[in-house]
Amino acid sequence: MQDMIRRYGPGLTLIICLLVAFWLVMLVIVPNITLLEQSFRPYLPVAEIGGPRDTYSLGNYMKVLDGTVEKSLLGISFTIPVHVYTFFLTIFYSILVTFICFLLAYPLAYYLAKIVSPKSLPTLLLMLFIPLWVSEVLRAFAWWIILAFKGPLNAMLLGIGLIDAPIRWTNMGYTGVVVGLIYTYVLFMLFPLYNAVQSLDTNQIEAAEDLGAPWWKIHWKIVLPHSKPGIASGSVMVFMLSAGSLLVPSILGSTTSQWFTQTIDQWFKDALDWNTASAYAFLLLILCTLFVTVALKLFRVRLSDIAK
Amino acid sequence: MHKFRLGLSHLYMGLFLLYLLLPLVVMSGAAFNDSKLPSIVPWKGWTTMWFSEMIADQRMMVAFRNTLLVAVAVAVLAIVVGTAAAILVNSISGRLRTALYGMMISTILIPGVVIGISTMIMWTKLGNAIGTDFILFKPGLHLSVLGQVSYIAAMVMLLVLARLQSFDAGLEEAALDLGASHAQVMRRILLPHLYPAIGAGAAVAFFQSIENFNVTQFTRGGADTLTVYVFSKVRSGITPTINALAFLLICITLVLAAVYEVNRRRRARAEAARLAQARRAEAEEGIGAA
Amino acid sequence: MSAGIDLENVCCDFGTFRAVDDANVSIRPGEFFSFLGPSGCGKTTILRMISGFIEPTAGVIRIGGQDVRGKRPNQRPTALIFQNLALFPLMPIWENISFGLEVRGVDKATRRRKAEDLLRLVDLPDAADKMVSQLSGGQKQRVAIARALAVEPSVMLLDEPLSALDLKLRQHMRAELRAIQKRTGVTFVYITHDQGEALAMSDRVGVMSQGRIQQIADPREIYNTPVNGFVASFVGENNIFEGRAGAAAGGMAAFDTEEGRFRARLAPEAEGKPVKLYVRPEHTVLTAAPGTENSVPVTVAEVSFEGPFIAVLARTAKGRAIVSEIRNDGQATVPQMGAAMHASFAAERAALLPDASVRG
Ligand SMILES: Nc1ncnc2c1ncn2[C@@H]1O[C@H](COP(=O)(O)OP(=O)(O)OP(=O)(O)O)[C@@H](O)[C@H]1O
Ligand SMILES: [Mg+2]
Repeated sequence: MQDMIRRYGPGLTLIICLLVAFWLVMLVIVPNITLLEQSFRPYLPVAEIGGPRDTYSLGNYMKVLDGTVEKSLLGISFTIPVHVYTFFLTIFYSILVTFICFLLAYPLAYYLAKIVSPKSLPTLLLMLFIPLWVSEVLRAFAWWIILAFKGPLNAMLLGIGLIDAPIRWTNMGYTGVVVGLIYTYVLFMLFPLYNAVQSLDTNQIEAAEDLGAPWWKIHWKIVLPHSKPGIASGSVMVFMLSAGSLLVPSILGSTTSQWFTQTIDQWFKDALDWNTASAYAFLLLILCTLFVTVALKLFRVRLSDIAK
Repeated sequence: MHKFRLGLSHLYMGLFLLYLLLPLVVMSGAAFNDSKLPSIVPWKGWTTMWFSEMIADQRMMVAFRNTLLVAVAVAVLAIVVGTAAAILVNSISGRLRTALYGMMISTILIPGVVIGISTMIMWTKLGNAIGTDFILFKPGLHLSVLGQVSYIAAMVMLLVLARLQSFDAGLEEAALDLGASHAQVMRRILLPHLYPAIGAGAAVAFFQSIENFNVTQFTRGGADTLTVYVFSKVRSGITPTINALAFLLICITLVLAAVYEVNRRRRARAEAARLAQARRAEAEEGIGAA
Repeated sequence: MSAGIDLENVCCDFGTFRAVDDANVSIRPGEFFSFLGPSGCGKTTILRMISGFIEPTAGVIRIGGQDVRGKRPNQRPTALIFQNLALFPLMPIWENISFGLEVRGVDKATRRRKAEDLLRLVDLPDAADKMVSQLSGGQKQRVAIARALAVEPSVMLLDEPLSALDLKLRQHMRAELRAIQKRTGVTFVYITHDQGEALAMSDRVGVMSQGRIQQIADPREIYNTPVNGFVASFVGENNIFEGRAGAAAGGMAAFDTEEGRFRARLAPEAEGKPVKLYVRPEHTVLTAAPGTENSVPVTVAEVSFEGPFIAVLARTAKGRAIVSEIRNDGQATVPQMGAAMHASFAAERAALLPDASVRG
């Protein structure tokens, strides 16, 4: 701090500190504390707010356990609260999306970092960036068109004779959602991976080749371990974006697919119960924090490495 | 590398690009199809009708204007806050730096739904507590701006911080030594060095804001932004006006990308020419001094 | 125009580490003064205290007779030339040079004129509109000097400004810097770890070691009569003998070593302290017959031809190495390897010196 005053003078230092304080306190800390506080209060008519019934309780959180559904997994049938079920499915499919994104992006990241000629690289990167600048809602909409019952995908599959009758893609559970999420977020996996692979010294790969290692071994023993920070940040990004997405599940979801964010949205917009929405939002936040922590521990990287 | 695998990797790259770009082409194509439903099959003939309908769509135009206003506000605020944050992080060290930096980048990872709801609740509660009807404390796009800034500022911060790390603090000292005030150092030395990053930050903030849905959805009150409007259109009765809009946005993106690329190449050439001149001067000096 | 600088009992601590210890020096107006010392001895720290980037932990600094305590760098009449020059890469050369005027609110036309004048002074008349990245190392050097001169400082502080240049250019710039200093009459405080540079350019030199100023004197005196072993070895080569000094008489004393008894100068303040004998290789002669005083029989072990001189390494019977330098006047005879000879030196050329003065 002393150093900073010397560099920028007391006036500027104060302004800088105030700006940062405004951001972190007013836009981040206090809102989240308010969210937490609100989540413990019951949903009451305006007149009763601050009244005797306005006391802290875990009521909003307990609503997660309301209403159960009958499910079976691996032949074992069990009942599970609807919202808990949604919660777990959201996590499951987000992890699935993350994994598929990794499978799609890894060969490409390696290709961009180590194979393609440096001359065409900037142009390729720019082309890859284009979809990123087109907004998420339009990217989801594009797939809504493609997956439509009378849409181009069915038309094409019928045309080449792969199927006999059109398929209702957007009414097959989470299929539409997963397809949409992958398309929307795969680039968030690609770029961190590319950065990580790129920082690997090509000599290492060549040395391994020279020693006669087969290609899969080179990837397994050298490239993958080196790319760990990239895998971690890509996975964290894709998982967070997927689990937090509201657009894609709303546009590409079917009648049988429910995303946890949609549940929150319903509490907030349809039931107008902001308090329960807060509780659910807080659960989502905890989930995300947990995931990031586990992922970071698993890959042994630090939060600050993610941001690159 | 094995020839076959090399060919395979080129093929994969091609397929991936196709996968990324084809949906955008399909979406754009549907803008010209004379069909009530947005699709390219069956093709019912060429039309530009959806573009005129789009322009006639009052709500969309309002949403468009709102989007621009929000995006500009977000960009300005995020630049100011993000740059200040980068400077702060760059000039402190130790535990405090780790804590501040960690808090800043964690905002990027907070789900938009959480940001939206928490921003909304805090400002409306604050309004109730103060007992004011002042517009700031009611739902509306200004809350969307604040919510969006809360994480977009971190993106700007990262960009500016990266640039700051290549800054030689000796330049600040040199300027101070020559008699400049702290404000002059900031304006003439530090900020000019940061402008490229600030510019990039502005672009990122602008586009992030345009495409933001989650935060806006929970804070906007009754107002529309383009994303929200498109979303509601997709959910209810879609007409290909959305495709017309998408086509235009994609075109703008392409033009901007092309401009950027041309600019980048020109700058790279200019820089190379300057370095060559310095090398020539160096060589002449060697001869002169000898 | 130019001002003197006085340091009185100046200390500077970084935490528990004392970077500058009790520095006392009085630099005269218009003088070219160099601080010379090995890396890490505190030279830069002294300069940064004078320019105001660091406040001394103790002691007083006066510039032009005025105590500058608490004054910020932009309030002192000094201009610092940084070790890495710190030119502003985003401004054209003329704006770089006139930056100090710009922040003082001087109008553009005047600034431009002044910048062009200064560019002529440093012999770069056509560089005004170039960018920093277009210049070579030596040209950047001159721009940095012009930029510092533009604010008409009464003191110029230069932190190893030539260290980034190659040898030939460095020698060329030495002369140029010296000429600019004479022309402008500004006090130059110059930092270097290169003894040749310090001796060639300066009116006076302050030799530093481990935060302490060891000796302040003009270059000849520094070289010819160093006050201690550190100064003697840092500024030039020596043959060194350990031993015990006898009583001094008339500035001379006997010195007993395992090679025999020598006579050498002994300064009064060194009397009673442990001393060693220092004699320069160029003052050590090799002859076939024993010398008249301070003579040791040796065997020639190595001869290396250096161009202007020939260095001969000889060994005593006890194995001690003695180096002698013979000036190459074109007809000097070079001793044969393995030849038995006698090394000797005049008593007036040899000094009995204590080790460096250290803190504590
Ligand atoms: N800000 C600081 N904090 C702690 N120690 C410092 C600081 N600045 C310098 N030092 C220490 O003080 C000592 C003197 O540093 P100084 O930079 O003055 O050396 P110097 O003589 O200029 O060396 P060089 O020739 O390498 O530039 C060094 O040991 C250095 O490590
Ligand atoms: Mg130094």
